[in-house]
Amino acid sequence: MNLYGIELESRLLLGSARYPSPALLADAVRASGTDVVTVSLRREGGGQRSGQGFWSLIGELGVRVLPNTAGCHSVKEAVTTAQMARDIFQTAWIKLEVIGDADTLQPDVFGLVEAAAQLCADGFEVFPYTTEDLVVADRLLQAGCRVLMPWGAPIGSGRGLNNVFGLRALRAHFPDVPLIVDAGIGRPSHAVEAMELGFDAVLLNTAVALAGDPVAMAAAFARAIEAGRAGFEAQPMESRDLAAPSTPVPGRAWLP
Amino acid sequence: MRITIIGAGVAGLVTAVELAGRGARIEIVERAERLGTLACAWFAGGMLAPWCEQATAEPQVAVLGAAAIAWWQQHFEGTVCRGTLVVAAGRDVGELGLFGRRTERFESVDARQIGALEPELAGRFQQGLFFPEEAHLDPRRALQALAARLNAIGVSIRYGVDADAARLDADQVIDCRGIAARDTLKDLRGVRGEMIMVRAPEIQLSRTLRLLHPRFGVYVVPRGEGIFMLGGTLLENDSHGPVSVRSAMDILNAAYALHPAFAEAEILELGVGVRPAFPDNLPRVFRHGRTLHVNGLYRHGFLLAPAVARQAAQILFPNTSQASSCISS
Repeated sequence: MNLYGIELESRLLLGSARYPSPALLADAVRASGTDVVTVSLRREGGGQRSGQGFWSLIGELGVRVLPNTAGCHSVKEAVTTAQMARDIFQTAWIKLEVIGDADTLQPDVFGLVEAAAQLCADGFEVFPYTTEDLVVADRLLQAGCRVLMPWGAPIGSGRGLNNVFGLRALRAHFPDVPLIVDAGIGRPSHAVEAMELGFDAVLLNTAVALAGDPVAMAAAFARAIEAGRAGFEAQPMESRDLAAPSTPVPGRAWLP
Repeated sequence: MRITIIGAGVAGLVTAVELAGRGARIEIVERAERLGTLACAWFAGGMLAPWCEQATAEPQVAVLGAAAIAWWQQHFEGTVCRGTLVVAAGRDVGELGLFGRRTERFESVDARQIGALEPELAGRFQQGLFFPEEAHLDPRRALQALAARLNAIGVSIRYGVDADAARLDADQVIDCRGIAARDTLKDLRGVRGEMIMVRAPEIQLSRTLRLLHPRFGVYVVPRGEGIFMLGGTLLENDSHGPVSVRSAMDILNAAYALHPAFAEAEILELGVGVRPAFPDNLPRVFRHGRTLHVNGLYRHGFLLAPAVARQAAQILFPNTSQASSCISS
């Protein structure tokens, strides 16, 4: 998988929030085999560089950091946070979140497109957290994004893929754009489903961080994503209404 | 043996009490001018909740913390043993199931039982979990009581002294500086917690309450005389700066959801503590040259201080039995 010119082995991107401890986060990252960890700036920042203790632990994981603008509700907030993130983590990558509804944490797609345009013009490589809406996706690509991250379901809800039809349409419309299902994944089976639809990767956080055993869950997701991808590449059969025997009648042993 | 303890927070004072009982000559030095003002313990909830903590903490926390309730009962008469009541509002009751799967030593309670435990909450919550063996205390009064007890047995606390461990005239130095020890302990980090103290004379609650919510949980610890400590934020940064509007809103909204009468409460104080934590969020007691470090109590200062103090005492006095470890009260 290639994201903004960077070749990545793993198709799992892992969030770093809400783990019982940084040590368990580190173990989960290793167990997941991920190459990319997202880090929230806004909530953990506390201004200046006071989050350095946690950020340096992230730095020691030896994976690529994808800072995010989680919790930003306006274009200005998101852009400022992205600029801070670039200074702190020395990366042009930014996972762009502009939240439009406090209850569902649904993206404000209008603000998202505007912020994406500003950040892309400023040299950022933007990973926009969006809905499965085709038109919004198109506008984000026009704004300069070269990766899209549609939601499966609201952040942290663990509901899986709410709109499989919409996600399938998105995949079909943009066959060459890396598409990452971000948010709403609760179980490994949800990740398999996303990968079988042909999505390039899955980004998740809560499903691992709040699992009883985050390290074991990280490993489970790693396998689920591999299985889903392999299943997609192997071109699954179509489902049918009519049963079709796997052993044809003429081939069955004749028992007197 | 002459021992100097650096830091008069909960780790320093509890360690002093443990060691004094084993015959050491102890002095405590503290950089603040007054007890508690620079200690994160001053802003703690004071919950002695080893089983509730199982929901998020390593199993070792419950193991180490189980003895804390008896320790505090023995050393601080203000320890309140009335358990912890955990509730969740209608659409969040699923959180109770998850909490219950990860914790132990609780009883599931229904609306009637919740009302019997805390009449103010009658009719407000349909389901809850009650942890009858847990306790709470007022951290400030508890620290003051330990300081007074130490004074009475000849342990002096020198305030306004920013000590350098290498220059102290002592046989043994115990570094209980919390986050300030980051100058020597490189993997120590600060985890910020914010609290709000309110006076709500209309509300009568007798035990620690925890409201579960997917985003904004809160705990409410009664301090007596209509005063309640509201807490709950856990932020990965070491800023000592003032409480943010967002945190205050989250905490106060959650308290309001717990009981609408909190809307009429007076805000007495907004406070911030930066808790010292190692990467596994577990405490450590270890020797480095002449210095014994007792640190990394994270959000479990009052819960874990007795256990780590005992570990420190066993390292320094390997031949004394646990039975002699408590000073007589």
